Amino acid sequence: MFLKLVPRAEHSRKMAYLSPLLAGVLTLITGGVFFYLQGHDPFFALKTMLYTPISDTYGLAELCVKTTPILLCAIGLAIVFKAQVWNIGAEGQLLIGGLAASALAVNIIEVEAAWAMPAVMLAGIAGGALWALLAAWLKTHFNANEILTTIMFNYIALNLLIFSVHGPLKDPDGYNFPESAMFGDASLLPILVEDTRVHAGILFALLAVVIIWVLLARSFIGFQIKVLGLDASAARLAGFKDKKLVWITMLISGGLAGLAGAGEVAGPIGQLVPQISPGYGYAAIIVAFLGRLHPVGILFASLLMALIYMGGEMAQIELNMPLAITGLFQGMLLFYLLACDVLIGYKIKFPWSGMDTVTSRAEQH
Amino acid sequence: MDIDLITNILYAMIRTGTPLLIVALGEMVCEKSGVLNLGQEGMMLMGAVAGFIATWLTGNLFFGFLMAIVAGVLMSQLFAMIALGLNANQVATGLALTIFGTGLSAFIGSGFVGNPIEGLDVIAIPFLSEIPVIGKMLFAQDLIVYLSFVLFGVIFWFFRSSRTGLIVKAVGENPHAANAIGLPVMRTRYLAVAFGGAMAGLAGGYLSLAYTPLWAENMTSGRGWIALALVVFASWRTERILLGAYLFGLASILHLVAQGLGFAVSPNLLAMLPYIATVLVLVMMSRNQGQSKMYAPISLGKPFHAGT
Repeated sequence: MFLKLVPRAEHSRKMAYLSPLLAGVLTLITGGVFFYLQGHDPFFALKTMLYTPISDTYGLAELCVKTTPILLCAIGLAIVFKAQVWNIGAEGQLLIGGLAASALAVNIIEVEAAWAMPAVMLAGIAGGALWALLAAWLKTHFNANEILTTIMFNYIALNLLIFSVHGPLKDPDGYNFPESAMFGDASLLPILVEDTRVHAGILFALLAVVIIWVLLARSFIGFQIKVLGLDASAARLAGFKDKKLVWITMLISGGLAGLAGAGEVAGPIGQLVPQISPGYGYAAIIVAFLGRLHPVGILFASLLMALIYMGGEMAQIELNMPLAITGLFQGMLLFYLLACDVLIGYKIKFPWSGMDTVTSRAEQH
Repeated sequence: MDIDLITNILYAMIRTGTPLLIVALGEMVCEKSGVLNLGQEGMMLMGAVAGFIATWLTGNLFFGFLMAIVAGVLMSQLFAMIALGLNANQVATGLALTIFGTGLSAFIGSGFVGNPIEGLDVIAIPFLSEIPVIGKMLFAQDLIVYLSFVLFGVIFWFFRSSRTGLIVKAVGENPHAANAIGLPVMRTRYLAVAFGGAMAGLAGGYLSLAYTPLWAENMTSGRGWIALALVVFASWRTERILLGAYLFGLASILHLVAQGLGFAVSPNLLAMLPYIATVLVLVMMSRNQGQSKMYAPISLGKPFHAGT
């Protein structure tokens, strides 16, 4: 190989922060080249995707709306991934959260009391948390790989949702459309900014960021989670209950994803429909990595991911591109990130740079 | 239940199990060399879309399958570059490959959704296909099904009797020892990943060129993931992959069985069955930790640095 990887004596903190930025720049460049090859002006195309959607107040409001579910899912993933538990099931947990919230909401349409909305949210949290706990239970008691089980639960959740909107939750007066009845006003999340769709869900998401931040940075349980992730045998030796930690992290992560689902059906959508998420749960995986599993990093990464979703829609309208361009940009971003992350643990030695292996190791601090 | 129904169910079981068999065989070879590639779904989708577009443009199914394989190999090398070349985390890289492949295939294929093509024809072998019940199932299939039988035989032989098969296993069990006796660890792993990619591409092509035959976004619907579970179910043994693939094939067509028997169950609920079966199988196989550890390649998923 013409490039040589030289291990660093110590992981580079600087690189850990630079890598997402570098990945973003590489994605932009590749995206530009890609637009150029498609016969578009690359600068105009990138501007259309990444600036035009948020160039007015309405756009900024929509950014908040789209950030909410992504942020909720990703912040939960931060905590499971820290424990090295690979919950790939945020998507399914979101769907079940939305389903559970809807199941309650359509039964309390007439209720005008103030408890309706919190109850709907709690139903969503409970649904998502239980769905995640199922995978946690299979992992701790039967040693079943959580990557595969959570993925399978995503497909099962999607089919359950589709079954429900065609069956038990279908609006009896809905002309046979696969949709639930519209929720009662008391069940809906209040709108925060007039004339926009910004709803109280964003407050829940920001609150979650703060809570998870404190939990990870300041609490004993956060410390245990981090130790478990870094060295499972050390955690066991220290007497930490690793199975309990798996349950707790999955509970939090599933609950937050469930809340995201409840926030979607009781927020911008207002009813249960077959498609309540364009893959927010999967996008949240990218966001969690991009944000370095740190709550603040994840906040910024969620905004970026929401922007990519909006940019994809804008590119569809303005540039006549397929909507799938969103997924393409997401995948590229994650790939570049993984490649750039190599720089955290390694130095790249080019063949034309001389024999400085030893000195470069000594330079590390 | 009459004979015709059983005959047709068995026939459909093989057809449905074939893409699973092909991907799972490829992934097993890859895992035997110590590399866990979770990108099967992404590679399959790329194979499906590349094969479909190539056939749509040229009208040539053979060329379509070739392009499906090429697409699978290219995708697998993207994984290999990052996971093997740059020593990145294999789980994260595999996930990235699936997310990227899902996005890229949807993008490339967006202009081709709903286009019809002439799918792969069934070739009935004279006399043999006339055998009651099993004749149609084994001898009235298309070329790729027959090819999958051959691939199964070759891989079975490869790990049982060939020297190269032994090298692949050595590299997956103990890369350091393999390296010490001069076996090419990295080259073996790159090739194993490429083989896995070719098989995933072929399986994807089978879906879009023979099984359906059409292109739709996300048309693999989790088959790549089911194949990963299948390898665990099979405890990394070739003959059990065959068994597992057809069992899952059967689980996926249970709605046909239900219809045949006159049950009225929601198709959406029946659509969950293969996924539920996968979870159950994983639970059954993983319950005994010692046993599952015994069969898994010891160095599965661990990066290898020569000289450490």
